[in-house]
Amino acid sequence: MYTSLTNRRSFIKKMAVLSAMTAAASMFPGILFAEEQEKNLPKGGNLDWKKAPCRFCGVGCGVLVGVENGKAVAVKGDPKSPVNKGLCCVKGYHAVMALYGKDRLTKPLIKKNGRYVQTSMDEALDLIASKMKETIKDHGKDAVSIYGSGQWTIPDGYAASKLFKGCIGTNNVEANARLCMASAVTGFLTSFGMDEPMGCYEDIDHADVFVLWGNNMAEMHPVLFSRLLDQRLKRGVKIIDFATRTTRTSMAADKSIIFKPQTDLAVANAICYEIIKNGWVNKSFVEKHCNFSKGLTNMGYGLEDKYKFTDKPEKIDFEAYKTFLEDYTPEKVEQISGVSAKDIKYMAAYYGDPNKKVMSLWCMGMNQHSRGTWINNLVYNIHLLTGKISTPGNSPFSLTGQPSACGTVREVGTLTHKLPHGVVMKKEHREFAAKIWDVPVENIPSKPTYHTVEMFRALDRGDIRFMWIQVTNPMVTMPKLKRYRDGAKKEGRFIVVSDVYPTPTTDIADVILPSAMWIEREGLFGNSERRTQHFEKMVEAPGESMSDTWQLIEVAKRMGFEKQFYYKKETHIEEIYNEYRKHHDNKKHNMAPLEVLKSEPGVLWPYVDGKSTQWRFNAKYDPACSNGEAFHFYGKPDGKAVIWQRPYEPAAEEPDEAYPYWLNTGRVVEHWHTGSMTRRIPVLHKAMPHAYVELNPGDAERLQIKTGDKVKLTTRRGEIVLPASVNQRGVPAPMQVFVPFFDENLLINDITLDSFCPISKEPDYKKCAVNVEKV
Amino acid sequence: MPIKSYLAHPHDGKKEELINAMSQLSNCEVIPAENKDLLIVVTDTDNKIEDEQLKEKIEAIDSLKLLAMVSGFDTPKSK
Repeated sequence: MYTSLTNRRSFIKKMAVLSAMTAAASMFPGILFAEEQEKNLPKGGNLDWKKAPCRFCGVGCGVLVGVENGKAVAVKGDPKSPVNKGLCCVKGYHAVMALYGKDRLTKPLIKKNGRYVQTSMDEALDLIASKMKETIKDHGKDAVSIYGSGQWTIPDGYAASKLFKGCIGTNNVEANARLCMASAVTGFLTSFGMDEPMGCYEDIDHADVFVLWGNNMAEMHPVLFSRLLDQRLKRGVKIIDFATRTTRTSMAADKSIIFKPQTDLAVANAICYEIIKNGWVNKSFVEKHCNFSKGLTNMGYGLEDKYKFTDKPEKIDFEAYKTFLEDYTPEKVEQISGVSAKDIKYMAAYYGDPNKKVMSLWCMGMNQHSRGTWINNLVYNIHLLTGKISTPGNSPFSLTGQPSACGTVREVGTLTHKLPHGVVMKKEHREFAAKIWDVPVENIPSKPTYHTVEMFRALDRGDIRFMWIQVTNPMVTMPKLKRYRDGAKKEGRFIVVSDVYPTPTTDIADVILPSAMWIEREGLFGNSERRTQHFEKMVEAPGESMSDTWQLIEVAKRMGFEKQFYYKKETHIEEIYNEYRKHHDNKKHNMAPLEVLKSEPGVLWPYVDGKSTQWRFNAKYDPACSNGEAFHFYGKPDGKAVIWQRPYEPAAEEPDEAYPYWLNTGRVVEHWHTGSMTRRIPVLHKAMPHAYVELNPGDAERLQIKTGDKVKLTTRRGEIVLPASVNQRGVPAPMQVFVPFFDENLLINDITLDSFCPISKEPDYKKCAVNVEKV
Repeated sequence: MPIKSYLAHPHDGKKEELINAMSQLSNCEVIPAENKDLLIVVTDTDNKIEDEQLKEKIEAIDSLKLLAMVSGFDTPKSK
């Protein structure tokens, strides 16, 4: 980042142009900037443009991929897509280049005597099936596992769940969405009884105020953020950035409010205190549609192996809740959070104003949080108390980071406790799934096994002996990484990795399978707003690469499950999707038919009577509402949402004398996740070639550190040396540092902490204690 | 070293005039819409003073009806 200023500036200019184009497209649908949009297209090309959702983040922009002579050569935004209205961010525009990195995996590799040797796909799949059978025979069903991701297409995840839960009979199915979305899921389930946002992106066009809770949208969701900026231009909306670090989002916002890490819990409660104190409660909404509950406190942080926690909800009344909030007056919370009472009242006043529609947006800041479920609950509390929910522009909205974290992990249910419809703990849900899967119901165990962190701990302990990792890179993303890397390398473990490029995760593999990527196969993704999108196969995958779906089917057949995996090569995606739809055949979650998805730029579920449902739980828009009232939170047995009493509790590890700084980790705009794809796109790699550590300018001055100097970060897990960044892109608050995690050569997760939210089991990557020294 | 993007709306019938006027300014790139009366303008200056001076020059163009900033980034100085 320090040697390529020219590239950086041209990249930022491109971002500025894209933001303006996005804003223009929202104001003038169909507007064309042909010269700019087609600047990079091959001259005289005869391109065949086909639609797909973007491969990268969870926004789910619709793109048109230009194919020429069997190669994907260009991308442009799909003007028909209501998500991005014809535009993309800089990663999206370069998405097809990720297909053609020089070191693409094209042949299966098997580790023999410490070296990888090429083999045939048949031999590799035979070996995987036989190893799985052998492991089950020697160590039991729960010794085999699969770990996927929110980049799994819907058919990938479905095939994995059916094979492991339905056929083999283990709940050892997890996905990396546990690391980024699990707190959002448990937040939705505890507050509403059903997962995923009630609103949609169209809320942006109606809201008057946007409160971003620890969400650097300008870098992580640039197309959506441009929609916010466009609304400010057109309607004068307000954008409030509530964060622990000053970022580009803060700079673009109307107001930036900085809070001390973990204290968002206290501030959210203080906002609720103000709402009640000032008489801003929507009494009729709360009386008709809400219950009050409290749960257990002092839950711990999951730092020890085999940690267990089950919440015990207890109903309370409004008066008890009001009394609880007495501990969270703005003046008291100012002392905890560093946020002035005036700023707390400022935010509360917007939420409380009956004439302002408010959208709360969040992503990793609230989800990767040792009290992630609680902070999700607390933001819902604000919207429920004021009745600002499930109506256009009034929308608590959890954003996602992967193209199908919602569509696959959350909807197909590729987590240990989940089934496509319901959970493994409920007999009727197991019976329902078993019938569709054509397996004996006894096959599906009634107890969840390991969430992600515990799954890798089990691999380390030897409770798990076989792990198949598809389309994710845990040897970069796991917290307290060294333990899990060493564990995976132990004798007696067998690791299969399906991916498109060599990564630190393929380095631990016994078998590496080359996967077909994105438009090299047919598939479906589901984005943050419940939009399911189909893409067809547009180009051939290189060498022997095979889709993750078909890899699973081939192994399933080799293990004797031909009856359940009856799908034909030519039509298997359609067959799987049609079978999957049966799990959601009801008004609350109906999925659109495949032919509709093929013709439309995505459809929002529930899809009922030929229509998407934009606002769930609102009888005006949602046909599943059946209580005769304006709102029906039908995920809960009594149709009422829950306002939760959740206190502020400190993080698992806070700064002390030996480790006096907070360490926060996250992403950068140029790279998507671990950079395994975007670092192979030259313009993105050159713009951001390596990781760095951001310091507060005051701290840097005191430590005599300037940009580019080497800085050693030390935690109780280890140490790492990184170049410093001072007053550049982001500015941490005093006594805090920030490091992006995309760089496999500078693995910040070697020193992070594996504490997690006891309810969601999602790790807190945003907070641990660190010491900072100039090298 | 600020980089900013704007949407520039010309007065009726003055789009070409506005494009020409803006194209004369240094540190200022113009991307006109093909089918609407709208221009994207990107400014790239060395410091805040130059940025403000350039904005004043743009706002002084007669054919400009409205200039609205969309995004602004203050990038690092070269070391």
